Amino acid sequence: MEPNTQKLIHSFGALADLGQEIADTGDFIEMVRTSLHLLLGTLGIRRGAIVECPSHLDTTNCLAVWGLGEEYQPRFLVEDADRGALLNLGQGALRIYSAVDSNESGLAPFLARHSEELRAQQIELIVPVIVRGRVTGLVVLGGKASGEPFTPEDIEVLGAMVRHIGVGIYTHRLLAEVKQRAEENERLYQDLRAIYRDTVRAFAAAIDIKDKYTQGHSDRVGKYSEMIAQELGFGEEAVEGMAIAGYLHDVGKLVVERDIINAPYRIDAKQSSELNRHPGAGFDILSPIHHPYADIPLSAKYHHERMDGRGYPDGLTDLQIPLGAKIVTVADSFDAMTTDRPYKTRRTFDEVIQDFRRNTGSQFDPIVVAAFCRALLKELNGETKERRFLKMLGKNYLDAEKDAPLLRQLLNELDPNTQAAAAGTNLS
Amino acid sequence: MGELVKSNVRSHTVGTTAVVYASDYLNKLTGERIERECKKQLDSGCRALVIDFSDTELVNSIGISILLGIIDIAEKSGALVVFSDVNKDTIQLFEMLGLTRHVVLASNEQEALSSLSTTTKQSQAIGH
Repeated sequence: MEPNTQKLIHSFGALADLGQEIADTGDFIEMVRTSLHLLLGTLGIRRGAIVECPSHLDTTNCLAVWGLGEEYQPRFLVEDADRGALLNLGQGALRIYSAVDSNESGLAPFLARHSEELRAQQIELIVPVIVRGRVTGLVVLGGKASGEPFTPEDIEVLGAMVRHIGVGIYTHRLLAEVKQRAEENERLYQDLRAIYRDTVRAFAAAIDIKDKYTQGHSDRVGKYSEMIAQELGFGEEAVEGMAIAGYLHDVGKLVVERDIINAPYRIDAKQSSELNRHPGAGFDILSPIHHPYADIPLSAKYHHERMDGRGYPDGLTDLQIPLGAKIVTVADSFDAMTTDRPYKTRRTFDEVIQDFRRNTGSQFDPIVVAAFCRALLKELNGETKERRFLKMLGKNYLDAEKDAPLLRQLLNELDPNTQAAAAGTNLS
Repeated sequence: MGELVKSNVRSHTVGTTAVVYASDYLNKLTGERIERECKKQLDSGCRALVIDFSDTELVNSIGISILLGIIDIAEKSGALVVFSDVNKDTIQLFEMLGLTRHVVLASNEQEALSSLSTTTKQSQAIGH
């Protein structure tokens, strides 16, 4: 094979390998190291290094070294004037030992600062890395193993490869910056979510203060709603959205007279009608707010709707009621049944289960009730780390030995397969 | 004759000479393994390296750079380097890139070891 042909094939092979290496989004330093090997191996250069010099830094940062001694890390001071001179290098590279290059390149001050170090390391050539019209790094190279000087063709090959390497470094740095910003944004977003949640909880506490008998109600409904959503397999954000919907479901009570809310007796029809305005008022309050979660205003509006259409404010039925509202309905009812009210004490757990049994399908959605029961059963069975129900219901309310079978029985009744089997038995 | 080194790189020693076998394709991964093996042998007192290319069909640019690194380390340690059983295309590549100025070429391992033996004796004679 003709030597020139072989040289061309070798250079093309190296360029192809370099392209592949740069396209690889793996380890950045490994990419630069391999690129340096490819550069050196293309022309049989014995030693070299790649340093970067971003425009905001005066001093270079060494990225890869080969053959310059294990301890040596080249570090150059690159001033603005040097950058200008490097951009305008006539031949695309600076020959350290060429008096012409040194004098005419405008890099005499740079060489004056570093020539001793460069000579000590047997560096012969400096190729600037130029990306988008800016000097972003330097490739410093020793002599060829052949002992021959660098030819203009060599410099062209080196220039092409260094441009590739420059783009590779630039792209990797850009990706790293984008990743860093994305991480910062994620952190900010998480902070904002936490602030939002805390604000909503503070707001929920403010709502509950108006009702002296049900303090902490909104907070508990938020937590029950969250647990039901988790049990239904909602995603992290949707679960959080359900907690918020629970915290804010009674926000409309802010427009209801305090005397009606705090009446220590069963309220009359007129007062009841006034109280029943609160879901619609809640929707009106929440609608103009841009919530990060879906359906929060609708959950407030429809948390008193029933599956059989006998609820309020719109008398919606089953599929017309958003799932979020159905979840808040169960959470709200459970808390209402398990906390003392001015006109009655809280129900026993057995009574609560009876209420669920009686009203599931007509008032409550069976899927939601089943999810609630499963969440509570898991806690009673000790399958959860936190005792969230226990914290809200108090120590003496639940009795795992007695209540777990009640939950299992209700779940069994709510299971569509069990119901289908029972229907089949009856038919036969 | 020393024992075979149980690693990814095959090698053995003859006196103070280490014979290291290059793989079929000398690229970054295999090249770095060979470099590590050569360093290890030089650190343990070898005064000459024979790199056997009998299995090597192709050497890419990274392989060249790594071989130059091995030559550099060997020169700094005062050790000789012999490339043995190099195919014709690879010899042309080594000549074109100047590697042959720094190493001795031998047609096979035996010839490499013999040439090193002669060189060592000559050096010793000159030394005396």
